[in-house]
Amino acid sequence: MEKRALKLSVNGEEYEVFVNPKTLLVEVIRDHLGFTGTKRGCETVSCGACTVMVNGASVKSCSILAVQVEGMEVTTVEGLEKDGQLSPIQKAFLDHGSYQCGFCTPGMLMSATAFLDENKGREVTEHEIREGIEGNICRCTGYNSIVRAIDAVAKGTYKEE
Amino acid sequence: MIHDFNYLKPGSVKEAFEMYAEHDDCKVICGGQSLLIVMRQGMVAPEYLLDIKGLDELRYIKFDDKDGLRIGATTTHREIEKSQVIKEKYPVLALMETKLASIQTRNWGTIGGNLAHADPAGDPAPVLIALNANIKVGGKNGERTMALEDFFIDYFETALDKGELVLEVHVPIPQPKTATAYQKFNLLDSDMGIVAVAASITLNNDDTCKDARIVLGNAAPTPKRMKNVEQLLIGKKFDENLFAEAGKISYDESEPVADIHASEEQRRHLLGVLTKRMIKKAWEQARTVA
Repeated sequence: MEKRALKLSVNGEEYEVFVNPKTLLVEVIRDHLGFTGTKRGCETVSCGACTVMVNGASVKSCSILAVQVEGMEVTTVEGLEKDGQLSPIQKAFLDHGSYQCGFCTPGMLMSATAFLDENKGREVTEHEIREGIEGNICRCTGYNSIVRAIDAVAKGTYKEE
Repeated sequence: MIHDFNYLKPGSVKEAFEMYAEHDDCKVICGGQSLLIVMRQGMVAPEYLLDIKGLDELRYIKFDDKDGLRIGATTTHREIEKSQVIKEKYPVLALMETKLASIQTRNWGTIGGNLAHADPAGDPAPVLIALNANIKVGGKNGERTMALEDFFIDYFETALDKGELVLEVHVPIPQPKTATAYQKFNLLDSDMGIVAVAASITLNNDDTCKDARIVLGNAAPTPKRMKNVEQLLIGKKFDENLFAEAGKISYDESEPVADIHASEEQRRHLLGVLTKRMIKKAWEQARTVA
């Protein structure tokens, strides 16, 4: 199978990789580039553990061909911290104990970030927060603490530094 | 494990037509939110994969007071959900989208891909058929338009000929005093519907039913238009007993299959209940619209 050169930006850095066209985005992120924060979970677009952002929109990287994001900007959980400072939602997750086993956490953080970006400057309801993470499953069932963390950031408790 | 394939990436719709015509055993991918699952299961293993996700020529939402709504095939579900004009003019479409899979899937998956995949549990088809939508398809030898209800032939089978792509969905302007309601039954918000019902009701000035379009989702190999229910409703007045009778027809005439999510009996029951409720809901809304 003819490999293809694929250029993409991940967390602000430009990369070029050579991939079989069937390679999934999650495989490029984890196996080619070594960003193992992004998890492989169900691999059937169900669990959300593989959630990353492509051009600012949350997507499930287990079900996107890597060649389809040619030239686009990918953000993984590793891209949330800036200059060694955790992002507001990461801090809020720590403070609220918003994880148990931690496997869903990277995906949850990405969905939460996309949700907060989209709703910047407006009040959000708990129901909206829950809808914002509808595509992410936490098998430890720790949703309440996750919702509280997102709510705290939405209310401006955590300032971006 | 996904089987190897040759990747084709056209730069324009015209080029896509040519590539598709040239290659046998070629499958089209757009968002791939359904396709990649069945490819991973080895159920679909084409020699060529034609990727039309990047064709922004087909990524548009246009509305005109006379012509209605036109949505290009590569428009994402999220774009439809967020579209101000769709929220205003076809609120049921935007609402349906908010319940279609998850945000991540809606961000990448497309309306054209959803319809071409022809999963009988898909959300958009019953709603669009209730809205009297048409679908434009085309290939190297030209374009053609058909009623969306004629597009679905069987489980995962459409009226697309070899070399044809889905290009556009067209939703006409509804008649006056028309409202459409849709609901699916599922256990998790982001799941596919176990069953679903879309009902469009048009009223006369005296509040009798002028026209009705009732469509069942996941109740048969294709979205199922319930003409006997529609005939029952037309000319009648708002009447709970009438809606119950309509539900009974859905119960009797649907042909759902049993699977791990629900038995056939449960599906029939739910289809009956949802038919009754959606007709009532659409009817009540139709009274309030101009």
